[in-house]
Amino acid sequence: MRALRAGRLTYVVLALFTAGSLFPLVWTAIAASRNSTRLAQTPPPFWFGGNLGRNLRVAWTDANMGEALLNTVIVAGTVAAGTVFFSTLAGFAFAKLRFRGSRPLLALVIGTMLIPPQLSVVPLYMLIAKLSWTDRLQAVILPTLVGAFGVFFMRQYLVHALPMELIEAARTDGASSLRVLWHVVFPAARPAMAVLGMLTFVMAWNDFFWPIVALTQNGSPTVQVALTGLGRGYIPDQSVIMAGALLGTLPLLAVFLVFGRQIVGGIMQGAVKG
Amino acid sequence: MTDETAVLSPSTVGPERPAAEGGGRGRPGQVWRSRRYRWDLRWSPYAFVAPFFLFFAAFGLFPLLYTGWAALHQVELTDPDSMTWVGLRNFTRLWDDEFFWNALRNTVTIGLLSTVPQLAIALGLAHLLNYRLRGSAFFRVAVLTPYATSVAAATLVFVLLFGRDYGMVNWALSAVGFEAVDWQNGTFASQLAVSTIVIWRWTGYNALIYLAAMQAVPAELYESAALDGASRWQQFLHVTVPSLRPTIFFTCVVSTIGATQLFGEPLLFNGGAGATGGSDHQFQTLGLYLYEQGWVNLHLGRASAIAWAMFLILLLIAGAARLLRGRKDSR
Repeated sequence: MRALRAGRLTYVVLALFTAGSLFPLVWTAIAASRNSTRLAQTPPPFWFGGNLGRNLRVAWTDANMGEALLNTVIVAGTVAAGTVFFSTLAGFAFAKLRFRGSRPLLALVIGTMLIPPQLSVVPLYMLIAKLSWTDRLQAVILPTLVGAFGVFFMRQYLVHALPMELIEAARTDGASSLRVLWHVVFPAARPAMAVLGMLTFVMAWNDFFWPIVALTQNGSPTVQVALTGLGRGYIPDQSVIMAGALLGTLPLLAVFLVFGRQIVGGIMQGAVKG
Repeated sequence: MTDETAVLSPSTVGPERPAAEGGGRGRPGQVWRSRRYRWDLRWSPYAFVAPFFLFFAAFGLFPLLYTGWAALHQVELTDPDSMTWVGLRNFTRLWDDEFFWNALRNTVTIGLLSTVPQLAIALGLAHLLNYRLRGSAFFRVAVLTPYATSVAAATLVFVLLFGRDYGMVNWALSAVGFEAVDWQNGTFASQLAVSTIVIWRWTGYNALIYLAAMQAVPAELYESAALDGASRWQQFLHVTVPSLRPTIFFTCVVSTIGATQLFGEPLLFNGGAGATGGSDHQFQTLGLYLYEQGWVNLHLGRASAIAWAMFLILLLIAGAARLLRGRKDSR
């Protein structure tokens, strides 16, 4: 199949797909650079206007986007770091260590992926209300700090990427499990850790259901919660709403621009083995 | 299972020689070291997997069971500590609740409208990406970009694009001679619009999953098909699709789970009007109805009952899928 060279038609169709994928994002920027009067006219604008700076400023101050972005960086960063760390530990144990009950425990990990988040949202809310964590960032960090996907992803990678001989050699030298982890496992797992970190960061950045239950616009909202406030018309200016949407999306687009190939590789890798 | 010292054989020749323990020749430091070493081998795997299970117990398992308990009570959001036992009333009430059935119907329709085209397009897209392409990395990243866009940002843009009076979609429709559509108030139109957001965000992601599976299909299969005179389309139909069947099944399951939980798109597509899913509940999904009952109407007990109903529906779908797959495999 790889021998088949793409024809001209393939490029045309792919270009159309690419346009469809990118157009709503480009148009967000166009709408964010106009004003609400221009957006309420036909035909809609197809090119940039001169209001981008003003709209970004209004969104930044009125919807507290600066604080929301900072909150989101903290949440997504912590969740990504925690997921990568804990998943590597558990993934290593499931991939390379034999211990009583490892098979049923791994099955349990995979089974937890089938539980819909809605099923636990009511008690989770009661729990954080009891701890007085509503509107606090730990309410959205702690419940997502570990994940079955991460454990499974790291296990699948380490099964092949970490030769048993390396571990055994370290053991012969009398290395403790912690030393093995630090000097053998982490270096071998680094590429997968990077990919998992990025995937988790994207997922945590875009998480919606639980943050909107646990956080409000009045406390410490994440970007997604702040955007809901914009959309609900606290600021009824459409171009400002689009500026807010742009602010919430740009950081991830930057991540994509730099690490896009690795993220693509990570998704494809997870898919084949999953 | 096997003894862990036998598994990691080097340890038996390491500091853990039995002589060090029993023979009395080893110094106390050595005994202590070997004992610590065996402890380490035995228990560190559990220490490594423990964080996952601790977090899961606290934030996954406990809530899961407690939801069932809360569903049997009357609980208000304003005072979650006082729970009144009502037995199965939350569930019987749900059975007679037209909004619940409406939400269930909408969830199924929007689920089909978004999942079926999404996976079909993704399959075709993956086929194109599987050709030898110049700039293939660019195309792959480009079609995945919507995945990096949040539900909130994407929905807000599509609300504008689907605007009745000045939206770009209606402008384009009228430019080619069609009549403008009221994307927010028409039942089918609004469900189609909500589905479009889902399709836009997830098609590229699924295409990459299919692409990965396609690259694992052995080239000989295509070569022999080509020798038999199969056209590219026939090869796609008779080699690619059958080889991808497990992956297609996998994406169907994942997308179905996602569709059952649809929440952000219908919430924000409603503009400022809250969690009703449109003026006439025309695109209110189960996830949205749960949110409305719990966090707008403050009935946490009823919300829990909806959550359990959703879980049961998922189990039913999973069971049906299993049956379906079993029958296909046996054929």
